[in-house]
Amino acid sequence: MEQAQIPTGMLLQKAVKVRTDILEMVAEAKSGHPGGSLSAVEVLVSLFFYKMRHDPKRPDWPDRDRFVLSKGHAAPVLFATLAESGYFPVSELKTLRKLNSRLQGHPDLRVPGVEFPGGSLGIGLSAAIGMALAGKLDRKGYRVYALLGDGEMDEGETWEAAMAASKFKLDNLTAIVDRNGIQQDGLTEQIMPIEPLGYKWKAFNWHVLEVDGFDLRQVIDALEKAESMRNRPTVIIAHTVKGKGVSFMEWDPAYHGKAPDKDTVRKLVEHMRKE
Amino acid sequence: MLLQMSSMRDAYADALLELGSKDTRVVVLGADTSVSIKTSLFSDRYPERFFNVGIAESNMIGIAAGLALAGKIPFVSTYSAFVPGKCLDQIRNAVAYPNLDVKIVSSHGGLTVGPDGASHQTVEDVAAIRAIPHMRVVVPADASATSALVSESWRTPGPFYIRLSRATVPEIYSSPADLEIGRAEVLREGSDVAIIACGVMVNEAVEAAESLSKEGIFAEVIDSHTLKPLDSDTILKAAKKTGGIVTAEEQSIIGGLGSAVAETVSESYPVPVSRVGLHDTFGESGEHKELMMKYGLTPLEIMKASRKLVASR
Repeated sequence: MEQAQIPTGMLLQKAVKVRTDILEMVAEAKSGHPGGSLSAVEVLVSLFFYKMRHDPKRPDWPDRDRFVLSKGHAAPVLFATLAESGYFPVSELKTLRKLNSRLQGHPDLRVPGVEFPGGSLGIGLSAAIGMALAGKLDRKGYRVYALLGDGEMDEGETWEAAMAASKFKLDNLTAIVDRNGIQQDGLTEQIMPIEPLGYKWKAFNWHVLEVDGFDLRQVIDALEKAESMRNRPTVIIAHTVKGKGVSFMEWDPAYHGKAPDKDTVRKLVEHMRKE
Repeated sequence: MLLQMSSMRDAYADALLELGSKDTRVVVLGADTSVSIKTSLFSDRYPERFFNVGIAESNMIGIAAGLALAGKIPFVSTYSAFVPGKCLDQIRNAVAYPNLDVKIVSSHGGLTVGPDGASHQTVEDVAAIRAIPHMRVVVPADASATSALVSESWRTPGPFYIRLSRATVPEIYSSPADLEIGRAEVLREGSDVAIIACGVMVNEAVEAAESLSKEGIFAEVIDSHTLKPLDSDTILKAAKKTGGIVTAEEQSIIGGLGSAVAETVSESYPVPVSRVGLHDTFGESGEHKELMMKYGLTPLEIMKASRKLVASR
Protein backbone atom coordinates (compact mmCIF):
# COMPACT_ATOMS: atom_id res chain seq x y z
CA MET A 1 0.00 0.00 0.00
CA GLU A 2 2.59 2.52 1.16
CA GLN A 3 4.96 1.50 -1.58
CA ALA A 4 2.47 2.41 -4.30
CA GLN A 5 2.71 6.03 -3.21
CA ILE A 6 6.48 6.28 -3.41
CA PRO A 7 7.35 8.88 -6.08
CA THR A 8 10.29 6.92 -7.39
CA GLY A 9 10.61 8.98 -10.56
CA MET A 10 11.11 12.20 -8.60
CA LEU A 11 13.48 10.48 -6.17
CA LEU A 12 15.60 9.06 -8.99
CA GLN A 13 15.88 12.55 -10.47
CA LYS A 14 16.94 13.93 -7.11
CA ALA A 15 19.52 11.17 -6.83
CA VAL A 16 21.03 12.19 -10.18
CA LYS A 17 21.12 15.83 -9.07
CA VAL A 18 22.76 15.03 -5.75
CA ARG A 19 25.25 12.68 -7.40
CA THR A 20 26.28 15.25 -10.01
CA ASP A 21 26.44 17.99 -7.35
CA ILE A 22 28.83 15.84 -5.35
CA LEU A 23 31.15 15.29 -8.30
CA GLU A 24 31.13 18.95 -9.28
CA MET A 25 31.73 20.28 -5.78
CA VAL A 26 34.53 17.87 -5.03
CA ALA A 27 36.20 18.60 -8.37
CA GLU A 28 35.90 22.34 -7.71
CA ALA A 29 37.36 21.90 -4.22
CA LYS A 30 40.11 19.61 -5.58
CA SER A 31 39.72 17.54 -2.42
CA GLY A 32 37.10 15.81 -0.32
CA HIS A 33 35.59 12.37 -0.04
CA PRO A 34 33.59 11.42 -3.13
CA GLY A 35 33.54 7.63 -2.64
CA GLY A 36 31.61 7.48 0.62
CA SER A 37 29.39 10.35 -0.50
CA LEU A 38 28.29 8.61 -3.70
CA SER A 39 27.51 5.39 -1.85
CA ALA A 40 25.04 7.19 0.44
CA VAL A 41 23.08 9.18 -2.15
CA GLU A 42 19.93 7.01 -2.28
CA VAL A 43 19.77 6.77 1.52
CA LEU A 44 19.86 10.56 1.92
CA VAL A 45 17.46 11.12 -0.96
CA SER A 46 14.99 8.64 0.59
CA LEU A 47 15.21 10.46 3.91
CA PHE A 48 15.19 14.11 2.85
CA PHE A 49 12.81 13.88 -0.12
CA TYR A 50 10.42 11.28 1.23
CA LYS A 51 10.65 9.99 4.79
CA MET A 52 11.71 12.81 7.07
CA ARG A 53 9.42 15.50 8.45
CA HIS A 54 11.46 18.62 7.99
CA ASP A 55 11.10 22.16 6.69
CA PRO A 56 14.08 23.80 4.94
CA LYS A 57 12.58 27.20 5.78
CA ARG A 58 12.58 26.37 9.49
CA PRO A 59 15.78 24.45 10.20
CA ASP A 60 15.21 25.01 13.95
CA TRP A 61 11.62 23.69 13.97
CA PRO A 62 11.56 21.80 17.30
CA ASP A 63 9.40 18.95 15.97
CA ARG A 64 11.55 18.19 12.92
CA ASP A 65 13.08 14.79 12.34
CA ARG A 66 16.84 14.91 12.77
CA PHE A 67 19.56 13.50 10.53
CA VAL A 68 23.03 12.98 12.01
CA LEU A 69 25.85 12.34 9.56
CA SER A 70 28.24 10.42 11.79
CA LYS A 71 30.53 9.59 8.85
CA GLY A 72 31.21 13.31 8.52
CA HIS A 73 33.71 12.93 5.69
CA ALA A 74 30.68 12.32 3.47
CA ALA A 75 29.84 16.01 3.93
CA PRO A 76 29.43 16.51 0.15
CA VAL A 77 26.37 14.22 0.01
CA LEU A 78 24.83 16.02 3.00
CA PHE A 79 25.51 19.51 1.66
CA ALA A 80 24.24 18.58 -1.81
CA THR A 81 21.06 17.06 -0.36
CA LEU A 82 20.46 20.05 1.91
CA ALA A 83 20.96 22.47 -0.98
CA GLU A 84 18.67 20.48 -3.30
CA SER A 85 16.10 20.47 -0.46
CA GLY A 86 16.24 24.26 -0.28
CA TYR A 87 18.21 24.88 2.94
CA PHE A 88 20.64 27.09 1.04
CA PRO A 89 21.35 27.91 -2.62
CA VAL A 90 22.76 25.13 -4.78
CA SER A 91 25.23 27.69 -6.15
CA GLU A 92 26.90 27.80 -2.70
CA LEU A 93 28.07 24.20 -3.11
CA LYS A 94 31.06 25.36 -5.16
CA THR A 95 32.47 27.06 -2.03
CA LEU A 96 33.03 23.67 -0.40
CA ARG A 97 36.28 23.55 1.60
CA LYS A 98 37.24 27.12 0.62
CA LEU A 99 38.33 29.84 3.01
CA ASN A 100 35.43 31.73 4.64
CA SER A 101 32.84 29.26 3.38
CA ARG A 102 30.43 27.71 5.85
CA LEU A 103 30.70 24.50 3.84
CA GLN A 104 33.63 23.14 5.78
CA GLY A 105 35.44 19.92 4.91
CA HIS A 106 33.27 18.20 7.50
CA PRO A 107 29.77 19.25 8.66
CA ASP A 108 29.57 22.37 10.81
CA LEU A 109 26.52 23.69 12.68
CA ARG A 110 26.74 27.00 10.81
CA VAL A 111 25.11 25.28 7.85
CA PRO A 112 21.30 25.27 8.08
CA GLY A 113 20.09 21.69 8.24
CA VAL A 114 23.30 20.30 9.73
CA GLU A 115 22.41 18.73 13.08
CA PHE A 116 25.80 17.53 14.29
CA PRO A 117 29.45 18.27 13.47
CA GLY A 118 30.48 14.74 12.53
CA GLY A 119 34.07 14.29 11.49
CA SER A 120 35.89 12.46 14.21
CA LEU A 121 34.40 9.00 13.70
CA GLY A 122 32.35 7.13 16.27
CA ILE A 123 30.51 10.00 17.96
CA GLY A 124 27.43 10.49 15.80
CA LEU A 125 25.36 7.61 17.13
CA SER A 126 25.95 8.82 20.70
CA ALA A 127 24.75 12.30 19.74
CA ALA A 128 21.72 10.82 17.97
CA ILE A 129 20.90 8.96 21.20
CA GLY A 130 21.00 12.27 23.08
CA MET A 131 18.54 13.81 20.61
CA ALA A 132 16.28 10.75 20.80
CA LEU A 133 16.31 10.84 24.62
CA ALA A 134 15.40 14.53 24.55
CA GLY A 135 12.55 13.75 22.14
CA LYS A 136 11.18 11.14 24.56
CA LEU A 137 11.57 13.50 27.55
CA ASP A 138 9.72 16.27 25.74
CA ARG A 139 7.08 13.80 24.45
CA LYS A 140 7.77 14.92 20.91
CA GLY A 141 7.12 12.62 18.02
CA TYR A 142 10.24 13.36 16.03
CA ARG A 143 12.54 10.64 14.79
CA VAL A 144 16.33 10.65 14.71
CA TYR A 145 18.37 9.11 11.91
CA ALA A 146 22.12 8.51 12.05
CA LEU A 147 24.20 7.47 9.07
CA LEU A 148 27.33 5.55 10.05
CA GLY A 149 30.17 4.35 7.89
CA ASP A 150 31.14 0.70 7.94
CA GLY A 151 34.73 1.69 8.83
CA GLU A 152 33.15 3.40 11.80
CA MET A 153 32.20 -0.01 13.16
CA ASP A 154 35.88 -0.20 14.26
CA GLU A 155 35.30 2.55 16.81
CA GLY A 156 34.56 1.33 20.33
CA GLU A 157 32.16 4.18 20.97
CA THR A 158 29.83 2.83 18.27
CA TRP A 159 29.23 -0.22 20.46
CA GLU A 160 28.99 1.80 23.68
CA ALA A 161 26.23 3.70 21.91
CA ALA A 162 24.64 0.51 20.55
CA MET A 163 24.30 -0.82 24.11
CA ALA A 164 22.86 2.45 25.40
CA ALA A 165 20.25 2.83 22.65
CA SER A 166 18.85 -0.61 23.51
CA LYS A 167 18.91 0.12 27.22
CA PHE A 168 16.90 3.30 26.68
CA LYS A 169 14.51 1.50 24.27
CA LEU A 170 14.92 4.20 21.64
CA ASP A 171 12.37 3.20 19.04
CA ASN A 172 12.54 6.78 17.72
CA LEU A 173 16.12 6.16 16.58
CA THR A 174 17.20 4.55 13.31
CA ALA A 175 20.84 3.95 12.50
CA ILE A 176 21.86 3.27 8.91
CA VAL A 177 25.20 1.67 8.13
CA ASP A 178 26.60 2.54 4.71
CA ARG A 179 28.04 -0.92 4.06
CA ASN A 180 30.23 -0.06 1.08
CA GLY A 181 32.97 -2.44 2.18
CA ILE A 182 35.85 0.00 1.92
CA GLN A 183 37.69 2.13 4.46
CA GLN A 184 40.62 4.45 3.90
CA ASP A 185 43.35 1.82 3.92
CA GLY A 186 41.47 -0.81 1.93
CA LEU A 187 38.70 -3.39 2.25
CA THR A 188 37.00 -3.44 5.65
CA GLU A 189 37.28 -7.21 5.80
CA GLN A 190 41.06 -6.92 5.42
CA ILE A 191 41.72 -3.87 7.59
CA MET A 192 39.39 -4.85 10.43
CA PRO A 193 36.78 -7.50 9.72
CA ILE A 194 33.36 -6.46 10.98
CA GLU A 195 31.29 -9.42 9.79
CA PRO A 196 28.94 -10.89 10.79
CA LEU A 197 27.68 -7.32 11.13
CA GLY A 198 23.96 -8.03 11.35
CA TYR A 199 24.53 -10.54 14.13
CA LYS A 200 26.60 -8.02 16.04
CA TRP A 201 23.75 -5.50 16.07
CA LYS A 202 21.27 -8.27 16.91
CA ALA A 203 23.45 -9.23 19.85
CA PHE A 204 23.18 -5.63 21.03
CA ASN A 205 19.36 -6.04 20.97
CA TRP A 206 18.70 -3.94 17.90
CA HIS A 207 16.05 -4.58 15.28
CA VAL A 208 18.19 -5.35 12.22
CA LEU A 209 17.23 -4.89 8.57
CA GLU A 210 19.44 -5.39 5.51
CA VAL A 211 18.74 -3.70 2.19
CA ASP A 212 20.24 -2.87 -1.16
CA GLY A 213 21.20 0.71 -0.40
CA PHE A 214 20.57 1.83 -4.00
CA ASP A 215 17.05 0.40 -4.19
CA LEU A 216 14.82 3.28 -3.13
CA ARG A 217 11.83 1.00 -2.46
CA GLN A 218 13.89 -1.28 -0.22
CA VAL A 219 15.39 1.66 1.66
CA ILE A 220 12.04 3.34 2.20
CA ASP A 221 10.36 0.10 3.15
CA ALA A 222 13.03 -0.46 5.81
CA LEU A 223 12.63 3.11 7.11
CA GLU A 224 8.87 2.48 7.46
CA LYS A 225 9.45 -0.81 9.28
CA ALA A 226 11.85 0.94 11.64
CA GLU A 227 9.20 3.49 12.46
CA SER A 228 6.62 0.87 13.34
CA MET A 229 8.97 -1.05 15.66
CA ARG A 230 8.24 -0.41 19.36
CA ASN A 231 10.73 -0.29 22.25
CA ARG A 232 13.79 -1.10 20.14
CA PRO A 233 16.08 0.92 17.94
CA THR A 234 16.49 -0.23 14.35
CA VAL A 235 19.65 -0.48 12.30
CA ILE A 236 19.44 -0.69 8.53
CA ILE A 237 22.52 -2.19 6.97
CA ALA A 238 22.50 -0.62 3.53
CA HIS A 239 24.62 -2.64 1.12
CA THR A 240 26.23 -0.14 -1.21
CA VAL A 241 29.22 0.43 -3.46
CA LYS A 242 31.77 3.10 -2.75
CA GLY A 243 31.97 5.58 -5.62
CA LYS A 244 28.58 4.39 -6.99
CA GLY A 245 27.77 5.81 -10.39
CA VAL A 246 31.34 6.42 -11.52
CA SER A 247 32.75 3.22 -12.99
CA PHE A 248 36.42 3.96 -12.34
CA MET A 249 35.76 4.99 -8.74
CA GLU A 250 33.63 2.01 -7.77
CA TRP A 251 35.45 -0.38 -5.46
CA ASP A 252 38.65 1.68 -5.58
CA PRO A 253 39.82 2.63 -2.07
CA ALA A 254 41.88 5.43 -3.64
CA TYR A 255 38.64 7.40 -4.12
CA HIS A 256 37.87 7.40 -0.40
CA GLY A 257 39.51 10.78 -0.15
CA LYS A 258 40.56 11.81 -3.66
CA ALA A 259 38.80 14.19 -6.02
CA PRO A 260 38.53 13.50 -9.76
CA ASP A 261 39.61 16.43 -12.00
CA LYS A 262 37.17 18.92 -13.50
CA ASP A 263 37.38 17.68 -17.10
CA THR A 264 36.60 14.13 -16.11
CA VAL A 265 33.72 15.33 -13.96
CA ARG A 266 32.27 17.42 -16.80
CA LYS A 267 32.10 14.33 -19.02
CA LEU A 268 30.70 12.19 -16.20
CA VAL A 269 27.99 14.71 -15.37
CA GLU A 270 26.93 15.06 -19.01
CA HIS A 271 26.69 11.30 -19.26
CA MET A 272 24.68 10.97 -16.03
CA ARG A 273 22.21 13.67 -17.00
CA LYS A 274 21.56 11.98 -20.35
CA GLU A 275 20.91 8.58 -18.84
CA MET B 1 40.77 29.24 64.22
CA LEU B 2 37.99 26.66 64.14
CA LEU B 3 37.79 25.21 60.65
CA GLN B 4 34.41 24.32 59.23
CA MET B 5 34.91 21.36 56.90
CA SER B 6 32.67 20.72 53.91
CA SER B 7 32.25 18.44 50.93
CA MET B 8 32.25 19.70 47.35
CA ARG B 9 30.42 16.56 46.22
CA ASP B 10 27.55 17.25 48.64
CA ALA B 11 27.44 20.85 47.50
CA TYR B 12 27.36 19.77 43.85
CA ALA B 13 24.56 17.27 44.49
CA ASP B 14 22.52 19.94 46.31
CA ALA B 15 23.15 22.47 43.55
CA LEU B 16 21.91 19.95 40.97
CA LEU B 17 18.72 19.33 42.94
CA GLU B 18 18.07 23.04 43.07
CA LEU B 19 18.79 23.55 39.37
CA GLY B 20 16.69 20.51 38.56
CA SER B 21 13.67 21.99 40.34
CA LYS B 22 14.15 25.41 38.72
CA ASP B 23 14.77 24.26 35.18
CA THR B 24 13.37 21.15 33.54
CA ARG B 25 16.01 21.44 30.81
CA VAL B 26 18.61 20.30 33.36
CA VAL B 27 19.53 16.63 32.87
CA VAL B 28 22.35 14.66 34.48
CA LEU B 29 24.51 11.91 33.03
CA GLY B 30 26.59 9.41 34.98
CA ALA B 31 29.03 6.64 34.16
CA ASP B 32 28.71 4.08 36.97
CA THR B 33 30.14 6.46 39.57
CA SER B 34 26.97 8.34 40.48
CA VAL B 35 26.62 6.95 44.00
CA SER B 36 30.22 7.83 44.77
CA ILE B 37 29.93 11.38 43.48
CA LYS B 38 26.37 11.72 44.75
CA THR B 39 24.64 12.60 41.50
CA SER B 40 22.45 9.62 42.43
CA LEU B 41 20.51 12.08 44.61
CA PHE B 42 19.39 13.79 41.40
CA SER B 43 18.54 10.39 39.95
CA ASP B 44 16.38 9.59 43.01
CA ARG B 45 14.47 12.86 42.71
CA TYR B 46 14.28 13.11 38.89
CA PRO B 47 14.76 9.57 37.55
CA GLU B 48 13.47 10.48 34.06
CA ARG B 49 16.14 13.17 33.76
CA PHE B 50 19.08 11.05 34.82
CA PHE B 51 20.94 8.80 32.39
CA ASN B 52 23.43 6.23 33.59
CA VAL B 53 25.40 5.09 30.55
CA GLY B 54 27.59 2.57 32.34
CA ILE B 55 31.36 2.63 32.10
CA ALA B 56 31.39 4.41 28.75
CA GLU B 57 32.69 7.95 29.05
CA SER B 58 33.04 8.68 25.33
CA ASN B 59 29.44 7.70 24.73
CA MET B 60 28.37 9.80 27.72
CA ILE B 61 29.88 12.97 26.23
CA GLY B 62 28.41 12.22 22.81
CA ILE B 63 24.94 11.68 24.30
CA ALA B 64 25.30 14.91 26.28
CA ALA B 65 26.09 16.73 23.03
CA GLY B 66 22.91 15.33 21.44
CA LEU B 67 20.83 16.33 24.47
CA ALA B 68 22.25 19.85 24.32
CA LEU B 69 21.54 20.04 20.58
CA ALA B 70 17.92 19.18 21.39
CA GLY B 71 17.64 21.97 23.97
CA LYS B 72 18.68 20.31 27.24
CA ILE B 73 21.36 21.49 29.67
CA PRO B 74 23.30 18.33 30.50
CA PHE B 75 25.54 18.08 33.56
CA VAL B 76 27.98 15.25 32.96
CA SER B 77 29.85 13.78 35.89
CA THR B 78 32.30 11.08 36.73
CA TYR B 79 35.87 10.95 38.08
CA SER B 80 38.34 13.52 36.74
CA ALA B 81 40.67 10.69 35.71
CA PHE B 82 38.16 9.50 33.09
CA VAL B 83 36.52 12.73 32.00
CA PRO B 84 38.41 14.26 30.23
CA GLY B 85 40.95 11.42 30.22
CA LYS B 86 38.94 8.90 28.22
CA CYS B 87 36.96 11.28 26.04
CA LEU B 88 39.05 14.30 25.11
CA ASP B 89 38.16 13.82 21.44
CA GLN B 90 34.43 13.78 22.18
CA ILE B 91 34.78 16.90 24.34
CA ARG B 92 36.73 18.64 21.58
CA ASN B 93 34.63 17.68 18.57
CA ALA B 94 31.12 17.11 19.91
CA VAL B 95 30.99 19.73 22.69
CA ALA B 96 33.61 22.46 22.35
CA TYR B 97 33.74 22.88 18.57
CA PRO B 98 29.95 23.37 18.27
CA ASN B 99 30.04 25.41 21.54
CA LEU B 100 27.28 23.40 23.19
CA ASP B 101 25.68 23.96 26.57
CA VAL B 102 27.29 20.94 28.21
CA LYS B 103 28.60 21.23 31.77
CA ILE B 104 31.27 18.67 32.58
CA VAL B 105 31.67 18.48 36.34
CA SER B 106 34.32 15.97 37.33
CA SER B 107 35.04 14.89 40.87
CA HIS B 108 38.07 13.36 42.60
CA GLY B 109 40.48 15.72 40.81
CA GLY B 110 44.16 16.00 41.66
CA LEU B 111 45.64 13.63 44.22
CA THR B 112 42.53 13.35 46.36
CA VAL B 113 41.82 9.70 45.57
CA GLY B 114 45.08 9.03 47.44
CA PRO B 115 45.48 5.28 47.94
CA ASP B 116 43.92 4.47 44.53
CA GLY B 117 47.20 5.63 43.01
CA ALA B 118 48.35 7.39 39.87
CA SER B 119 45.86 5.76 37.46
CA HIS B 120 43.02 7.48 39.30
CA GLN B 121 44.73 10.75 40.12
CA THR B 122 44.79 13.67 37.68
CA VAL B 123 47.67 16.01 37.02
CA GLU B 124 46.93 17.03 33.41
CA ASP B 125 43.12 17.32 33.05
CA VAL B 126 42.99 21.07 33.47
CA ALA B 127 45.86 21.69 31.03
CA ALA B 128 44.28 19.45 28.41
CA ILE B 129 40.88 21.14 28.61
CA ARG B 130 42.34 24.64 28.86
CA ALA B 131 43.92 24.28 25.42
CA ILE B 132 40.55 23.57 23.76
CA PRO B 133 38.80 26.64 22.29
CA HIS B 134 35.38 27.61 23.78
CA MET B 135 36.00 25.62 26.98
CA ARG B 136 35.74 27.42 30.31
CA VAL B 137 37.70 25.88 33.16
CA VAL B 138 36.71 26.26 36.81
CA VAL B 139 38.32 24.79 39.94
CA PRO B 140 36.32 25.74 43.09
CA ALA B 141 37.96 26.03 46.50
CA ASP B 142 35.21 24.79 48.78
CA ALA B 143 31.58 23.72 49.03
CA SER B 144 30.06 27.20 48.91
CA ALA B 145 32.19 28.07 45.90
CA THR B 146 31.09 24.83 44.26
CA SER B 147 27.41 25.70 44.72
CA ALA B 148 27.88 29.23 43.46
CA LEU B 149 30.02 28.34 40.44
CA VAL B 150 27.90 25.37 39.37
CA SER B 151 24.87 27.68 39.40
CA GLU B 152 26.83 30.30 37.48
CA SER B 153 27.73 27.70 34.85
CA TRP B 154 24.03 26.90 34.43
CA ARG B 155 23.35 30.61 33.89
CA THR B 156 26.20 30.95 31.36
CA PRO B 157 25.60 29.38 27.95
CA GLY B 158 28.42 27.25 26.57
CA PRO B 159 30.65 24.38 27.61
CA PHE B 160 32.32 24.15 31.02
CA TYR B 161 34.83 21.94 32.76
CA ILE B 162 34.42 22.19 36.53
CA ARG B 163 36.86 20.15 38.59
CA LEU B 164 35.96 19.13 42.13
CA SER B 165 37.98 17.51 44.87
CA ARG B 166 37.03 14.38 46.72
CA ALA B 167 38.51 15.65 49.97
CA THR B 168 36.50 17.48 52.59
CA VAL B 169 37.95 20.95 52.65
CA PRO B 170 37.91 23.88 55.09
CA GLU B 171 35.30 26.50 54.25
CA ILE B 172 36.81 29.57 52.63
CA TYR B 173 33.56 31.33 51.79
CA SER B 174 30.42 31.92 53.79
CA SER B 175 27.30 30.55 52.18
CA PRO B 176 25.95 31.61 49.75
CA ALA B 177 29.21 32.72 48.15
CA ASP B 178 29.01 35.67 45.78
CA LEU B 179 31.23 34.40 42.98
CA GLU B 180 31.26 35.03 39.25
CA ILE B 181 32.76 33.02 36.41
CA GLY B 182 35.92 34.83 35.31
CA ARG B 183 36.21 37.07 38.37
CA ALA B 184 39.02 36.14 40.75
CA GLU B 185 38.48 36.81 44.46
CA VAL B 186 41.02 38.76 46.49
CA LEU B 187 40.76 36.95 49.82
CA ARG B 188 43.50 38.88 51.59
CA GLU B 189 45.20 42.13 50.73
CA GLY B 190 49.00 42.23 50.75
CA SER B 191 51.90 44.23 49.39
CA ASP B 192 54.98 41.96 49.19
CA VAL B 193 53.90 38.98 47.13
CA ALA B 194 50.69 37.71 45.55
CA ILE B 195 49.71 34.09 46.07
CA ILE B 196 47.29 33.01 43.37
CA ALA B 197 45.68 29.63 43.93
CA CYS B 198 42.76 27.46 42.89
CA GLY B 199 40.90 24.49 44.32
CA VAL B 200 42.11 22.89 47.53
CA MET B 201 45.31 24.98 47.37
CA VAL B 202 43.36 28.15 48.20
CA ASN B 203 43.17 27.13 51.83
CA GLU B 204 46.89 26.30 51.83
CA ALA B 205 47.55 29.76 50.40
CA VAL B 206 45.49 31.41 53.13
CA GLU B 207 47.43 29.48 55.79
CA ALA B 208 50.76 30.36 54.18
CA ALA B 209 49.86 34.07 54.10
CA GLU B 210 48.86 33.96 57.76
CA SER B 211 52.24 32.47 58.73
CA LEU B 212 54.19 34.80 56.41
CA SER B 213 52.61 37.82 58.06
CA LYS B 214 54.24 36.75 61.32
CA GLU B 215 57.60 37.01 59.53
CA GLY B 216 56.72 40.47 58.26
CA ILE B 217 55.94 39.35 54.71
CA PHE B 218 52.54 40.58 53.65
CA ALA B 219 51.05 38.33 51.01
CA GLU B 220 47.99 39.02 48.92
CA VAL B 221 45.86 35.88 48.42
CA ILE B 222 43.75 35.46 45.30
CA ASP B 223 41.36 32.63 44.53
CA SER B 224 41.52 32.28 40.76
CA HIS B 225 38.74 29.70 40.58
CA THR B 226 38.24 30.39 36.87
CA LEU B 227 41.37 29.37 34.97
CA LYS B 228 39.74 30.23 31.67
CA PRO B 229 38.73 32.91 31.00
CA LEU B 230 41.43 34.08 33.42
CA ASP B 231 40.76 37.30 35.33
CA SER B 232 43.81 39.06 33.92
CA ASP B 233 42.78 42.45 35.36
CA THR B 234 42.91 41.23 38.94
CA ILE B 235 46.13 39.31 38.30
CA LEU B 236 47.91 42.24 36.65
CA LYS B 237 46.76 44.54 39.41
CA ALA B 238 48.29 42.17 41.96
CA ALA B 239 51.49 41.92 39.89
CA LYS B 240 51.85 45.70 39.85
CA LYS B 241 51.07 46.00 43.53
CA THR B 242 53.36 43.23 44.83
CA GLY B 243 56.02 42.72 42.13
CA GLY B 244 56.04 38.92 42.46
CA ILE B 245 53.62 36.02 42.18
CA VAL B 246 53.46 32.53 43.63
CA THR B 247 50.87 30.21 42.08
CA ALA B 248 49.53 27.12 43.82
CA GLU B 249 47.54 24.28 42.26
CA GLU B 250 46.92 20.59 42.84
CA GLN B 251 48.00 19.53 39.35
CA SER B 252 50.95 19.72 37.01
CA ILE B 253 52.52 23.15 36.77
CA ILE B 254 52.61 22.55 33.00
CA GLY B 255 49.55 24.09 31.39
CA GLY B 256 47.55 24.84 34.53
CA LEU B 257 47.02 27.94 36.66
CA GLY B 258 50.74 28.72 36.98
CA SER B 259 51.12 28.63 33.22
CA ALA B 260 48.05 30.79 32.68
CA VAL B 261 49.27 33.40 35.17
CA ALA B 262 52.81 33.39 33.75
CA GLU B 263 51.46 33.81 30.22
CA THR B 264 49.40 36.78 31.32
CA VAL B 265 52.02 38.69 33.29
CA SER B 266 54.89 37.97 30.91
CA GLU B 267 52.95 39.59 28.07
CA SER B 268 51.66 42.61 29.97
CA TYR B 269 53.64 43.26 33.14
CA PRO B 270 56.54 40.84 33.66
CA VAL B 271 57.23 39.97 37.29
CA PRO B 272 58.82 36.79 38.67
CA VAL B 273 56.35 33.90 38.90
CA SER B 274 57.07 30.86 41.04
CA ARG B 275 54.81 27.84 40.53
CA VAL B 276 53.85 25.45 43.32
CA GLY B 277 52.33 22.24 41.96
CA LEU B 278 53.33 18.87 40.61
CA HIS B 279 56.59 19.06 38.70
CA ASP B 280 55.96 16.93 35.62
CA THR B 281 55.30 13.79 37.61
CA PHE B 282 52.52 11.31 38.30
CA GLY B 283 51.32 10.70 41.82
CA GLU B 284 51.29 7.37 43.68
CA SER B 285 49.35 5.55 46.39
CA GLY B 286 49.23 7.16 49.82
CA GLU B 287 46.87 9.19 51.95
CA HIS B 288 45.93 12.49 50.35
CA LYS B 289 47.69 14.51 53.06
CA GLU B 290 50.85 12.39 52.75
CA LEU B 291 50.89 12.92 49.00
CA MET B 292 50.41 16.66 49.39
CA MET B 293 53.47 16.68 51.69
CA LYS B 294 55.59 14.47 49.43
CA TYR B 295 54.83 16.44 46.28
CA GLY B 296 55.19 19.84 47.88
CA LEU B 297 51.58 21.00 47.80
CA THR B 298 51.70 22.63 51.24
CA PRO B 299 51.62 26.03 52.94
CA LEU B 300 55.30 25.44 53.70
CA GLU B 301 56.22 25.22 50.00
CA ILE B 302 54.17 28.34 49.26
CA MET B 303 55.99 30.14 52.06
CA LYS B 304 59.40 29.01 50.78
CA ALA B 305 58.59 30.23 47.29
CA SER B 306 57.27 33.53 48.67
CA ARG B 307 60.34 34.17 50.85
CA LYS B 308 62.61 33.45 47.89
CA LEU B 309 60.75 35.92 45.69
CA VAL B 310 60.84 38.61 48.33
CA ALA B 311 64.53 38.01 49.07
CA SER B 312 65.47 38.23 45.39
CA ARG B 313 64.35 41.86 45.22
